[in-house]
Amino acid sequence: MSNAIVQQRGIGAMIWDYITTVDHKKIAHLYLVAGGLFFLIGGLEALIIRIQLMQPDSNFISAGLYNEMITMHGTTMIFLAAMPLIFALMNAVVPLQIGARDVAFPFLNSLGFWLFLFGGLLLNVSWFTGGAPDAGWTNYAPLSSTSPGHGVDYYVMGLQIAGAGTLIGGINFLVTIINMRAPGMTYMRMPLFTWTTFITSVLILFAFPALTVGLFLMMFDRMFGSAFFDVTAGGNAIIWEHLFWIFGHPEVYILILPVFGAFSDIFSTFSKKRLFGYSAMVFATVLIGFLGFMVWAHHMFTVGLGPIANSIFAVSTMAIAVPTGIKIFNWLFTMWGGSIKLSVAMLWALGFIPTFTIGGMTGVMLGSAAADYQYHDTYFVVAHFHYVIVGGTVFGLFAAMHYWWPKMFGKVLNEKLGHLGFWPFFIGFHLTFFIQHFLGLMGMPRRYWTYFEGQGLATGNLISTIGAFLMAIGTLIFLYNVIYTAIKEPKASADPWDGRTLEWSLPSAPPFYNFKQTPLVRGLDPLWIEKMEGRKGITPAEPLGDIHMPNGSILPFLMSMGLFIAGFGFIYQVDNKLWFIAVAVGMGLFFASMFTRSFKDDLGYHIHKEDLIEKGDGKE
Amino acid sequence: MSHDDVLNPKHMPHDPEKATLEGKNKFVGFWMFLGGETVLFASLFGTYLALSGSTSGDNTPENLFGLELVFIMTMLLLTSSLTSVYAMYHMKNHNFKKMQLWLGVTVLLGLGFLGCEIYEFYHYIHEYGFTFRSSAFGSGFYTLVGFHGGHVLFGLFWITSLMIRNQKRGLNLYNAPKFYISSLYWHFIDVVWVFIFTVVYLLGKVG
Repeated sequence: MSNAIVQQRGIGAMIWDYITTVDHKKIAHLYLVAGGLFFLIGGLEALIIRIQLMQPDSNFISAGLYNEMITMHGTTMIFLAAMPLIFALMNAVVPLQIGARDVAFPFLNSLGFWLFLFGGLLLNVSWFTGGAPDAGWTNYAPLSSTSPGHGVDYYVMGLQIAGAGTLIGGINFLVTIINMRAPGMTYMRMPLFTWTTFITSVLILFAFPALTVGLFLMMFDRMFGSAFFDVTAGGNAIIWEHLFWIFGHPEVYILILPVFGAFSDIFSTFSKKRLFGYSAMVFATVLIGFLGFMVWAHHMFTVGLGPIANSIFAVSTMAIAVPTGIKIFNWLFTMWGGSIKLSVAMLWALGFIPTFTIGGMTGVMLGSAAADYQYHDTYFVVAHFHYVIVGGTVFGLFAAMHYWWPKMFGKVLNEKLGHLGFWPFFIGFHLTFFIQHFLGLMGMPRRYWTYFEGQGLATGNLISTIGAFLMAIGTLIFLYNVIYTAIKEPKASADPWDGRTLEWSLPSAPPFYNFKQTPLVRGLDPLWIEKMEGRKGITPAEPLGDIHMPNGSILPFLMSMGLFIAGFGFIYQVDNKLWFIAVAVGMGLFFASMFTRSFKDDLGYHIHKEDLIEKGDGKE
Repeated sequence: MSHDDVLNPKHMPHDPEKATLEGKNKFVGFWMFLGGETVLFASLFGTYLALSGSTSGDNTPENLFGLELVFIMTMLLLTSSLTSVYAMYHMKNHNFKKMQLWLGVTVLLGLGFLGCEIYEFYHYIHEYGFTFRSSAFGSGFYTLVGFHGGHVLFGLFWITSLMIRNQKRGLNLYNAPKFYISSLYWHFIDVVWVFIFTVVYLLGKVG
């Protein structure tokens, strides 16, 4: 009996530990679990969409519910699954790759996570309170500004809160990479994943405020009677489209660049070669990031901006193919002549190259403004962006998770199950989306609830649905692998892949202070250099000394909960002014927590040198 | 070495706001944040410019705006930026009392600005019936200028809180970065106002 009590206390203490943690490695776990759950929810929504479209004249779900499904599928996958999973990797890996003990702002790191989670929860509560958002993930006005019910209100408040978390996370990684690199870790020695995280953070910083403003305007129109998108009062609905895509286009590079970095590390590790064209890869990343802000209006070719604007945006769009092509060729040349090991991570990376190239090619097709009038709003577009986002980001997330799993959880994911999961997902993916190019060219518009018989769309849609189920099977095998690995697999060594970068010099999983002594970086691929010179570990840059650590805090959780409560208040004050009490309570909690943070000094604590010597670091 | 010794050295360094790693992080991080804020206000300016012609009735920019009041507001805010520079000058010379004094002046000037703005809005609403809801121009105007006013209000709370919190213990390496970034924020607000003065009020009068 006493044992059970200890067990219970253990769980309670663990939950408390995770709610208050400021350790980047634990925050990575939180992002991974929360993002994974939302990924499953978004996947379930995708399956429902595919079942509805499996056959003509289908009545599996109603048209209204279908609109909610497509909206929530897109919104969930982009904001609540892909981005948090990317943040999980950044948190788990970047501080280790640059030789830092934590991120620059551990408190803000935690705040960023909890804002994302509460924003995501708020968005999904809408399912149970009379209807989810139903104006598409792009939420175009005036459809969104006049959509009845509270669905779109949840979209506005949920994304506002989650977006604030993302912005905070982006600033945090920028400062971490600028200020916290170990001695010798110059910019041009940073691993590519760190570089792409850096550029991604720049994109987050400059793209998200545009969404913030767009959401505020939508909130004011829907909840406080302003006239931004109300054409009858002089408003202009196109403003939403501009603001949304000024954010939205950089957003797709926010989703793809980090996995480009992960692929670069993976190709290099499993080819046993340094990355081909390192500086060209860095330059291409920067260029993609820069051009990513110049192309937003290619989403709006059919709006009527005129031939000059369309031409400019068409040219800039096609220009992005150049740095992307540089990357593809550099990956191929990295493998050329290398000693290739076909691990699961490498398999996903290999699957990514042809898949993403197809997506890039259709991207150039769509970038041609004249031709886009034909493709616009058809399944061709749906096929294109799933080729880049699933074929790029999701493949990349699978690859990166297999690669860094030992560093995150101390165990190598079972390779056999990994191979077994890859094939149904890969084949299922192409089955689902390749045919959609042709459905689109045949004239099937996106977002339609159903289609008639005899239009030649039935077979293609059936194939697409079968593919979706294969992808689901692949995902389930991955989940099984996670559980299997946790129970059956032995503890991983520090360096299971014969790695090249700093994170592999630490035990799997690393101690909470990461580096007992800050490492000295002597070149690109620092661990590889040490290995080639016959050393076991990294040369330290400092003598053993006390380590300064930040304190945990419950305040980020409370602040986010405050905004969550206030979100409900804002949504429902339209119906009953008493809901302003919820606004007051929520904002009160938010500002009181913020005030507490400001007034109470948080100096952190030290781990003493003597304790470090006793514990050892597992490197010897 | 305890925290107290580290944060209260015998000889304060010349740049106390950047003497610790935490201070350096705050410094760089806040500049980044201001970069994001720039995009936020740029989006609001873009929206305002797109809608500034969508007026209703006689409530056009030319008829509404009075440059006398706006001039006073501009002077108040520009001067407050100068006084916050004085405050930072004294911080770098480790003269805590004078820093507090000039921060106090900054807050008073900011309060004066905010008072004028509240009067301005009150005047528009009650004399002209020009509100947030009356036209797309109204929505754009109150949102842009209101966001700026909200930033001023937040800055006032922030600087006042810092002054009260540290009144007794004086300057150290823990709170110096906090004072410094609050003054950065204050400058940013000032720069945004310069653009509002030009784009909203001056262009509105000429328009």
